Amino acid sequence: MKSKSILTNKLVISLLFIFLVWFCAYDIDWSKLAAFSWSGFGQTLAQLMKPDFTIFYDGSGEDILSLMVITVGIAFVGTTIGTILCIPFVLFASKNLWKGNTIIPAIGKFVLDILRAFPELVYAIIFIKVVGPGPFAGALAIGVHQIGMLGKLFTEEMELMDDVPVEACHAVGANGIQTMFYARIPQLLPIYASLVLNHFEIGVRSASTLGLVGAGGIGAVLVFAIQARRWGRVSMILLTVIATVFLLDVLTGIIRKKLR
Amino acid sequence: MKIKDTVHFQWYKSFFIVFIILVCFLASATLTEASFYEVFENLDQAVAFLEELSRPDFSYLPKLVDPMIKTLKMSALGSLIGVIFAIPVSFLATTVVTKNVIITQLFRLILNIVRTIPNLLLAALLVAILGIGDATGVVTIAIFTFGMVSQLIYETIETIDMAPIEAAESIGANKLQIAVWSVWPQVMLNVLSYFFYAFEINVRASVVLGYVGAGGIGVTLSNALGLFKYDRASLIIITIFIVVLIIDSLSEAIRRRIE
Repeated sequence: MKSKSILTNKLVISLLFIFLVWFCAYDIDWSKLAAFSWSGFGQTLAQLMKPDFTIFYDGSGEDILSLMVITVGIAFVGTTIGTILCIPFVLFASKNLWKGNTIIPAIGKFVLDILRAFPELVYAIIFIKVVGPGPFAGALAIGVHQIGMLGKLFTEEMELMDDVPVEACHAVGANGIQTMFYARIPQLLPIYASLVLNHFEIGVRSASTLGLVGAGGIGAVLVFAIQARRWGRVSMILLTVIATVFLLDVLTGIIRKKLR
Repeated sequence: MKIKDTVHFQWYKSFFIVFIILVCFLASATLTEASFYEVFENLDQAVAFLEELSRPDFSYLPKLVDPMIKTLKMSALGSLIGVIFAIPVSFLATTVVTKNVIITQLFRLILNIVRTIPNLLLAALLVAILGIGDATGVVTIAIFTFGMVSQLIYETIETIDMAPIEAAESIGANKLQIAVWSVWPQVMLNVLSYFFYAFEINVRASVVLGYVGAGGIGVTLSNALGLFKYDRASLIIITIFIVVLIIDSLSEAIRRRIE
């Protein structure tokens, strides 16, 4: 009976699933959640609903608007550094640029994997040691992390690209550099630009968290406000971050659609 | 592509774009007090740091097993909760089943807002509300997964085959029945594959969640960095790297078999 075996299969899978969920859930300390009270949460929520607009702009340079502008600046500098510095890595890691040689691209990919493995926070800590706490440390942290991220994506696009124009260039006697400029770059530039814009947006998101370790931007102010439980400030800052990311999302979306 | 579209005829456009990017870069660089000179001057600091990182303290490995397993459990549970909540919401965020534009736009707006909050900020907020601990990490991961996976699911729902829906409609099925019997079987496997994708991302993200007190191996990492035990920190990062690599290849294999 085939239907019977399907039924037992389903039963076994469900039991296995339930066991896995139980295994994952049982030694996590849920007591904190048990202490959670809806009335306290309601109060917090009510306070979160009343953002403190007075701190949005007061001209002191420490207000939310100028910090948000700095955060976007960190992401811009970081993404630019990442984009420029990832290009040599891409040239090393792309398989189709090294005819027959498999070792060099493998090494290039491994280096990119390692660069991506470290979280941005760790880079931020390294660069705070190098250039001191401040927005520039955050920009460098994002930049180095973006080398890994963009490098991987750029390499994948380079390997997936249409080889016909390259062959055409070779056929008329172009050398490697000429094929690069006349066949590869024109094809890849719109895709790369779209990826860079996407990562600029991701960069803004991470720049707003790097303040946690002292790497500038809006994160530090937010964490202080959360620790002091000044929910009016918290909601104002979150509102600004959300609005900015949303705006950039729409803006880069328009540009990316035009690039296609 | 016409000859007018080539680089030689469009150079002023490229020049303009480069000029704009340059202006933005210089403005941002002054804003962030960038001094590239300083980077090269103090590079020995980074080299010293990397030197310490390059000597991982392998004797610390046994103490890492428990937090690592806990991190995996937290990620799995959080991803599961997030996906379970994402399924009904993503049905509401498309017009395929509900045929109601207002509900769709409302849910999409909510999902967009949930997605814009960086997960570290979400964790910090939830730690303040729920307190420090693993459970907070699970809730953070669940909310983060919810935002991410909902979008993936509703985009998938929009690409499905409409014939089964029409068939179900013609025999008088209600909306819930359409969702369960016509749409769900078509997207089920994609949802499973998104679960693994989310799990992968969440294991990576759990490294930083511990930084604000949301449990897992991130707490161990932030303690090691706080105590300047860089040999331990590097071991933790290497462990996470290897675990993520294993999960990466596992989930890719599973996803390929599903598809």
